[in-house]
Amino acid sequence: MADGARDPSDSPEEVGGEPCDLPEAPEEARREPWVLGKIHRKVDAMERMRGITRYTDDLKLPGMLHARILRSPHAHAKILGIDASAALAMPGVFGVVTGQDFKIPYGIIPWTPDENALAVDKVCHVGDGVACVAAVDEDTAIAACRAIKVEYEPLRAFFDPEEALKSRDKALTINPYSRKGNLSKHVRLEFGDVDGLLDGSDVVIEGEYFFEGTTHGAIEPHCAVALVEPNGILTVWSATQVSHYLHRELAKVLQLPPHRIRVIQPPLGGAFGGKSEPFDLEFCVAKLALQTGRPVKLLYTREEVFYSHRGRHPMKMRYRTGFRRDGTITAVDAKTILDGGAYSSFGLVTTYYSGQLLCAPYNFQAYRFDSTRAYTNKPACGPKRGHGSVQPRFAIEIQLDKAAVALGIDPIELRRQNDIGPGTRTVNEFKVGSNGFQECLTRVEDASGWKTRRPALPYGQGLGIAGSTYISGTNYPIYPNEMPQAAVQICLDRSGRARIFSGANDIGQGSNTMLAVIVAEELGIPLDDIRVLSADTDLCPVDLGAYSSRITLMVGNACLEAAQRLRRKVCESVARRWQVPRRRVVLAGRMAIDGQDPDRHVSSAQAFQWAEADHGLLGEVGSYNTPKDRHGDYRGGTIGASPAYSFTAHLAEVEVDAETGVVVVKKIWVAHDCGKALSRRIVEGQIEGSTYMGFGEALMEEHVVDPAHGGVHAGPSLLDYRMPTFTDTPEIAAMIVEAGDENGPYGAKEAGEGPLHSSIPAIANAIYDAVGIRLDRIPFSPPRVLAALRERAAREARGELPPHKPGPAPQGGAA
Amino acid sequence: MSGAAALLTLRVNGDPVEVAAPPHWTLLEVLRYRLDLIGSKQGCDKGDCGACTVQIDGVPALACLTLAINAQGRSVTTVEALGQGPVHPLLDAFDRHNAAQCGFCTPGILMAAEALLRERRAPVSRSEAATALAGNLCRCTGYTKILDAVVDASEVLSRGTGATAGEPEGGAHG
Repeated sequence: MADGARDPSDSPEEVGGEPCDLPEAPEEARREPWVLGKIHRKVDAMERMRGITRYTDDLKLPGMLHARILRSPHAHAKILGIDASAALAMPGVFGVVTGQDFKIPYGIIPWTPDENALAVDKVCHVGDGVACVAAVDEDTAIAACRAIKVEYEPLRAFFDPEEALKSRDKALTINPYSRKGNLSKHVRLEFGDVDGLLDGSDVVIEGEYFFEGTTHGAIEPHCAVALVEPNGILTVWSATQVSHYLHRELAKVLQLPPHRIRVIQPPLGGAFGGKSEPFDLEFCVAKLALQTGRPVKLLYTREEVFYSHRGRHPMKMRYRTGFRRDGTITAVDAKTILDGGAYSSFGLVTTYYSGQLLCAPYNFQAYRFDSTRAYTNKPACGPKRGHGSVQPRFAIEIQLDKAAVALGIDPIELRRQNDIGPGTRTVNEFKVGSNGFQECLTRVEDASGWKTRRPALPYGQGLGIAGSTYISGTNYPIYPNEMPQAAVQICLDRSGRARIFSGANDIGQGSNTMLAVIVAEELGIPLDDIRVLSADTDLCPVDLGAYSSRITLMVGNACLEAAQRLRRKVCESVARRWQVPRRRVVLAGRMAIDGQDPDRHVSSAQAFQWAEADHGLLGEVGSYNTPKDRHGDYRGGTIGASPAYSFTAHLAEVEVDAETGVVVVKKIWVAHDCGKALSRRIVEGQIEGSTYMGFGEALMEEHVVDPAHGGVHAGPSLLDYRMPTFTDTPEIAAMIVEAGDENGPYGAKEAGEGPLHSSIPAIANAIYDAVGIRLDRIPFSPPRVLAALRERAAREARGELPPHKPGPAPQGGAA
Repeated sequence: MSGAAALLTLRVNGDPVEVAAPPHWTLLEVLRYRLDLIGSKQGCDKGDCGACTVQIDGVPALACLTLAINAQGRSVTTVEALGQGPVHPLLDAFDRHNAAQCGFCTPGILMAAEALLRERRAPVSRSEAATALAGNLCRCTGYTKILDAVVDASEVLSRGTGATAGEPEGGAHG
């Protein structure tokens, strides 16, 4: 058992158990959790709701300038010249920067630095940044951008990844740093005898799937503010979810030593992966602040947020899945094309994830994936909630559903019997610890009435199931190093309060509250008595950021280590004064209590004062690094390996109007195995939010550019990019399953991304159950539903298919 | 670039305010940039997201689509007013239900919800609340906890006690 993980079987009777004759026990007195796993008010919600909290755009500094970026109207063009003299001559304009000021390329993945803060010699998509103006106000900056003359030589643009890959013309290589034409990344991995097992399978399901691009849609647009102090220290406030990586890239591009830069992430208005790498605005405000000596702010317009994107990759996927007659999966063969857009972003990882994260919750005897990421002249794709694996999950879960029909097996039973189980290895050699997938399936099956209701639902109504898994952080950091992946510092003061210093980015998911819950649990003080200072590179230990669902497990473990060290000190000091063994001292309810004589107790403040008298100022640090036995022993075998995996099952109920093609999702039941839920309602919120986001991708959202109009975005606004509203969103019944993992703090695993994946194929499978059509591309829009219904009706008319199921006859079909 | 400033006289959160601003500025710009009332958020600046929702003479309005001069002589209420004094039952319900994740859309939702509950003076159903809030986008929550909170607050308010409808188990603050 990892240091700090408690045995869930700890009984309250053990509180104050007599340890006198034992040597120094590793654990303090044990008791029922007093805060952990309950429902909490978040430590920072009230001030956010009252309008007190300052998000990045709420910062205002004396003498602050406002910046705007001039963006490319072309999808692909050479820059022949930029003349900013007229802009610079305008009253109120203080500075202009262009790509010439940012010749050092950067990239979130150290192996693929292939973008510049502003375009140097060419633009690669509509919306690429070309120049940035700092002026006395936004209106002046906008006018100055219009006064900048840019001479372009348009080039042929590629909007289709396969077309882009075919191009052999070096002059048409999209990305200026690419050495392999328009190939961004190719990964092919094979485990076991795929072809032999497929040949020997009783049933092989073949399918082609297309997952359209979608974007994050955080309500807060990106924003950054920079300030240079008289001593030359540069401070950048940014709405980022990766302050540490931003810190590193700023140092690299601006050629400043890291200790001369401070990055602060103010409270963040949503991210979902959309703020998980540096963007042009951060470099621009920093450079302009250095140049002008004045603070500079830049707030993206909503249109710029869409063009900056880094959202979900469109993926074209071809799957072959073999089954034995009894339903056992034999082998999976996947071929995937990823449409990457103009830059790498996280693309190297995405390409791996598109295959590597598929090998649970079902056991594959053999597996091959071949994934190719292409550059195209579109806004770059990157990580969106469920990075890289939402798309293949869509494909495989429909494959399973097709197999269930072909084999005459209940779709839940099929999944149950292929469950990889706990304490095992996947076909791609990832070590899986805890696994609550079976319970997830049973919970949604029971709650939905699947067994009795599904056979009885008439034509037009259906239930669909899907399952999934996700990582709780990646086993290795983005840049190789031997240092901890997470670290936390905690100080206690004599008033009875605790301060937590953490580099982790709270992006609304509640990570600050999660840390406070751990400290409250360990030190016996309420959340109100805990202050969390986070995501300030000057004040906090380094944390790698809010991505890959790593914070609860990694930062939680680091926090738990520091908190337990402090608890030991405090308990020891109290025990000494009471002349009892340390293990008798219990910290709870803002008190230190004698576990054997609960009438004897002192306030937490008194306990902390005794400890401070004994030890000096009370401060401890905790660090976390991943176990190194989780991954496969092959090139790429570390990518996708995680200390612990979450599991999810979604069950969707839909109603399909066969006349209009409108799909209404009536309810989604979702059960998610998050290990231990440290704060129940926050976990439910993550499950609900993820499920909603998947629902939106299934039915409504499309992040596409229009090739017929030169690659402009088809609808860069929150009206045209249709995100579900209050009235669109179905009822969501979130259920928590707790298969505690030995690698998580108190057993906790992730909850923020996993519960998105299977909501999409569950809806697809429910639509099949309702009306007998397979929708192998998202979104499931009425025209696509109608087209599929007509096709089915035509096949029924030709006698190739029987009617799907009884009920009101489909209207207007076969005509 | 701003042209001659216009002098506006209005009430903001009950206080008389005189403020000079360029005539093309929206109410949102005046609130945020002139009066430093940052609770109202700019999410889209086009009336699509609802994060800037305030109340004008008690009726929800999108501050990003309202020219400031149209608020001349009128009474504007922002989320800052809701946050003054004893904890408002809506804020309390949102806090108990974890209805705010990132909190960026929340001020706008609170202003729309407050208008609904004040007008109805009775418990509202989930679907009534959803309809009233359909102009406000939230990207974090999937709306579930927000609806829980609005319905809960409507019950508290209609009981007229203003008291909280029961703390979450384990104590509100840990």
